[in-house]
Amino acid sequence: TIEQLCYSIALKQQKRVRTQTLLKEYKERDKSNVFKDKRFGEYDTKISPEEKMMKRFAMERQQNYGKKSIYNLNEDEELTHYGQSLADIEKLNDIVDSDSDDTEEKGILSAELTAAHFGGGGGLLRRKAPMGQQDEEEEKPKSRKELIEELITKSKQEKRERQMQRENAMELTEKLDSEWKDIQALLAHKTPKSERTGKEETPKPDEYDKMVRELGFEMKAQPSDRMKTEEEFAKEEQERLQKLEADRLRRMHGIDEQEKKKPKHMSADDLADGFILDKDDRCLLTIPMKRVEENQEEDGENGGNEREEESEPGSEDAEEATAEEIDAIDSHSDLESDTGSDEEASENEEEKKKHKRNKKKLQEEVEQNAKIEAARSELPYTFAAPESYEKLKSLLSGRTMEQQLVVLERIQKCNHPSLEVGNKAKLEKLFGFLLEYIGELATVEPPEVKTIDKLVLPLYHLCQMFPDAASNSVKLVFQDAAHDMEEMIEVKGRAAFPVLDMLIYLKITKILFPASDYWHPVVTPALVYMSQLLTKCPIATLQDVVKGLFVCCLFLDYVSLSQRFAPELINFLLGILHIATPKKGVLGYTLVHPFRPLGKNSEQLLVQDKEDMETWQKQNLPLHIMTRLTESSKMEMNHIKLSCIALCFDLIKRCAALYGLLPSFHEIMQPIRGVLTEHLPVSRYPKHLQLENKEKHYYPLVCEKKKPVPLKLYTPKIVKVLEFGRKQGANKEEQERQRLIHKHKREFKGAVREIRKDNQFLARMQLSETMDRDADRKRRVKQLFNSLATQEGEWKAMKRKKFKR
Amino acid sequence: MALPGESAAEAAAVLASSLESVLGSRANANRAFEILERLQAEDEEVILCAVRTCSRLFGALLERGELFVGQLPDEEASLQEGYSAEDKYKVWMRHRYNSCINCLVELMSHESFQVQELVLSTLMKFVDLEAKHPLMKAEWKGKICFPRELLKLVVASLIPVEADSSLLISQFQQYLEYDDVRFFAMKAVADNIGHVMQRMKEAPPPVYQQNVFSLISSISVPSRESEIANFLVKQAGNYEEWKVSKLKEHRLAFERMWLGFLKHKLPSSLYRKVLVILHDSILPHMNEPTLLIDFLTAAYDIGGAISLLALNGLFILIHQHNLEYPDFYKKLYSLIDPSIFHVKYRARFFSLADLFLSSSHLPAYLVAAFIKRLSRLALTAPPQALLMVIPFLCNLLRRHPACKVLVHRPSGPADLLEDPYVMDAEEPSESRALESSLWELQTLQNHYYPDVAKAAAAINQSLSLLEDDITELLDLSASELFDKELKKKTPTVPLEFEQVRGLFGQKNDIFAEHFLLE
Repeated sequence: TIEQLCYSIALKQQKRVRTQTLLKEYKERDKSNVFKDKRFGEYDTKISPEEKMMKRFAMERQQNYGKKSIYNLNEDEELTHYGQSLADIEKLNDIVDSDSDDTEEKGILSAELTAAHFGGGGGLLRRKAPMGQQDEEEEKPKSRKELIEELITKSKQEKRERQMQRENAMELTEKLDSEWKDIQALLAHKTPKSERTGKEETPKPDEYDKMVRELGFEMKAQPSDRMKTEEEFAKEEQERLQKLEADRLRRMHGIDEQEKKKPKHMSADDLADGFILDKDDRCLLTIPMKRVEENQEEDGENGGNEREEESEPGSEDAEEATAEEIDAIDSHSDLESDTGSDEEASENEEEKKKHKRNKKKLQEEVEQNAKIEAARSELPYTFAAPESYEKLKSLLSGRTMEQQLVVLERIQKCNHPSLEVGNKAKLEKLFGFLLEYIGELATVEPPEVKTIDKLVLPLYHLCQMFPDAASNSVKLVFQDAAHDMEEMIEVKGRAAFPVLDMLIYLKITKILFPASDYWHPVVTPALVYMSQLLTKCPIATLQDVVKGLFVCCLFLDYVSLSQRFAPELINFLLGILHIATPKKGVLGYTLVHPFRPLGKNSEQLLVQDKEDMETWQKQNLPLHIMTRLTESSKMEMNHIKLSCIALCFDLIKRCAALYGLLPSFHEIMQPIRGVLTEHLPVSRYPKHLQLENKEKHYYPLVCEKKKPVPLKLYTPKIVKVLEFGRKQGANKEEQERQRLIHKHKREFKGAVREIRKDNQFLARMQLSETMDRDADRKRRVKQLFNSLATQEGEWKAMKRKKFKR
Repeated sequence: MALPGESAAEAAAVLASSLESVLGSRANANRAFEILERLQAEDEEVILCAVRTCSRLFGALLERGELFVGQLPDEEASLQEGYSAEDKYKVWMRHRYNSCINCLVELMSHESFQVQELVLSTLMKFVDLEAKHPLMKAEWKGKICFPRELLKLVVASLIPVEADSSLLISQFQQYLEYDDVRFFAMKAVADNIGHVMQRMKEAPPPVYQQNVFSLISSISVPSRESEIANFLVKQAGNYEEWKVSKLKEHRLAFERMWLGFLKHKLPSSLYRKVLVILHDSILPHMNEPTLLIDFLTAAYDIGGAISLLALNGLFILIHQHNLEYPDFYKKLYSLIDPSIFHVKYRARFFSLADLFLSSSHLPAYLVAAFIKRLSRLALTAPPQALLMVIPFLCNLLRRHPACKVLVHRPSGPADLLEDPYVMDAEEPSESRALESSLWELQTLQNHYYPDVAKAAAAINQSLSLLEDDITELLDLSASELFDKELKKKTPTVPLEFEQVRGLFGQKNDIFAEHFLLE
């Protein structure tokens, strides 16, 4: 059958392999020397014998090609001494000689000696034969020693002669030189001065030479790129921004997070090479222009607001005005470009006003620039980087805002990292100090917010230069604040809202770092911190309300780009609404910490006074409220309360717009809607507020779409089967281990079997050898016997013959 | 004699000399009055000194056996009856001892803690001595006498009706190590509660209840009878027969004490404290834990945090003592409100809820209602709670495959006008949760905290078979979350590229519209 056939084939194969390897070894077991066939391809089984022969033949021919005579076998081999061809040494003999070095001399001597020794004086002497053939004839009976001594003296003498000759030549040239100088003095018409000073070697360079040389060294005008036009700059800038925006979006969706592949961020690398400085300067150059534009834009916006306030007393205009305001919020450009057909006249007026204000603004700008210039000229030009916070404080305190900015700018320039090695660390420290300084400015009474506003700029630039250091110091600030809060909760059971500096830090964080990232080393802790603020800090005073609303603004600001959902924000706004409503009976919603349905602070924001409502106008809340509440009159307090409520409404509106697309939007907003429709006494609030109130929550009812059903994954689970019929280990490592153990066992068994078979084979061989030997012996014994028998027979026959005879 | 203007040093000298003379000879016995008088002095130092002298005096007398043993006759009567002079002296001395103890008990409510502390230790020293040299005649041989009356007075003075005495109680705890003291103290407390409550007529003062609680919460009954061997009483007698050495008696006394305490209305802070330790240190030591059913069901019906806490004890009763609680799950369902993610007992509640909802015999509608309610409320939860509740919900979905329609409904109605789930329904069966889907979790995929968003995204794929382990997440706090975030390392920090123009100078800055830089 086939099986048997296979088996027999395998057996044959095994046997063949053994005879080729093992048997050979066995046969050569007593031999110490090995015969190695160096012929080409002798042990290469891959080449067929014909090819082998062909190759060998070809090689042989190659070897012999180009030889002068086929009988001279070693012609192409070169004899060498110390890696140098002997032929070369012989050729260079004389040239080496000319250099009078002792070692060389010895070498040559010995070479001659060796020649004398090995060649029996043959080659060398024969070469010199024409010189003194007769001498040689005469002095033939000299002994070998004498001969060598003579040789040495001769060579020494030769050398001496050569030296003498050279010295003579030198003397001659010197003499010639001096003579020539004499003659030259006579010949030249105006060089005695140079001769007298003895600087004849370096004649004074004349003007022309100088000029030539200078021109040679002077940098040549390189062909440069042509100047970029305004549009090109704008386009480049736009492209850069687009790229950065794309980067930001990618991070927002957390793609990095998933792929774990961090692409280089433009602003994070190549900072230390000093190239940035130029770029930064360029930016700075372009900013003022931009800033003017921006100011104009802001101006327009402000104009809109103010205008609205002005027009408010005329109550018939109020609605239109608010509509416009909304427009203004929607798109600033509308105000500038869009001239509504029906309100053209008023628009024009507005335009004029705006222009006026622009002029004013420009004037202010000019004045400010003048101030800055003044500050620039007053201050010293170099500043050492401050090494401690106190140093920075002493540098900055007592100066005007402009001066402070200039000082900071100069510190940065003087200590740019490209100028010196240690500067990087210095500026990194400067960031931390500046941050601390801002915190202190925020805590003084009254807070110097305006200064902080300006100081943000250098802070931003420093942050762009050293992102790591900046993020670390900001993180440190948060860490301290969070730990303080935790301690307070542990001790008192509740925390209080932090003072203004922390809020400012949070705002600065938003300015310095992209808040929309899926995960960000600074922004995410800041978010967690704010979440704690909104859930842990109970509201006790009006200041707390303002602070809380500020944190809400921050929160919304952080998530506005990424449109992320923040439950704490909604909870807090609901709580604010709750404390602004009169309490009656059952609540249609549930409040969560830190708000309580009842209690002493549950009507904190409620305004009952009708007169105050009438006189209230929407105003922006100044930040200093948070450090100290100066308005003591009840009316002013009520006005602040109303402003808070207006802010809260605006935030709710923004939240509603932001979360409108979330699938659970209705559930999220349901409690707020409940308060607004049932509890808020709409009729009792001032008109302006009512309007806003009405306008909100008229969002089209978005039908809840069916959740896109996740597809079931039908991909089969693939388990690697490593060994069939083996128990699979629990995990990968166990599996691997089992596999290895199994493999080892199998290999071991196989090896044992092989060894056994080898032994069997050897035993068989030995047996057959002895058998052969025995058979041979028998055969020879038999032969002997045969021959003996024949001899015997012959002998007997002879005997018989004799007898017969 | 004690004078009002007497200084502390003088008083000390007088006290020392009278102590010496009283102990020296019986003729000077009357000087004991001098000592007793000074117990009522104004000066704190004098009182302290007098208490110490009393302690020494009567300690010595008790040890010498110079106090009358047995039923004490009336003081006047004893003088006329035919007692020997020896007995007359002893009776007289015993009366002085009793008045001394009365004075000391009164001093227990002295305003100075130092005095209170010293008086307590003195009284307990007397208890100790009386236990060794009993002042009662043994009714039969081998009966062990314990000064119950004296201990009762001590305990009664430990739990005053007006003042907080938690400090003193903590001093008393060292004596509760003795099994007999503990046993009789428990009985005394139970009696005391009965008396006080009767006197107060249904309106026990909270301070008193607080005192009682701090005393009895420190009492713990040994778990095995063999552990009862530490007695204050050292008398020749049959200890094995003694009631005090029976574990069952201990438990009975413990049970009576607690039931007596819990029978009355408690202030809510105390309620919470009781419930926190109930399952751990009260229920296991009772003979009949089922007697607490009324208390627990009443607590469970109160609502809010108290209900949450009652859950634990109730669970033990249901689980180990066959308590049938109708509408248990309905009640549990109604317990889930937005505050659940903000209260302190969050971890406790969720670990129990996890336990309650682990049964595979629960109907799908019930589990679905729980899932839906929790996810709805998750819309108001802080991130640390969300990190816990989302895996919790996923685990529920895994355990009850019938509920998977909540995340996977391939053939449902394509367009719904609103969520079919009725949040306000009391009954889980009427909430129509099974017709709904978990849009809330889908919403949370947009959460600002990346880990929450990631966890919520788990429902997008079919859930893995293995349950997530939520034990570590149960009591995750916000500060832990914060620290975790700070510890993460990144190679680069992305930066804002928008040019800055000032504090409120970003594009569409909300702040510029509402705040002034002033």
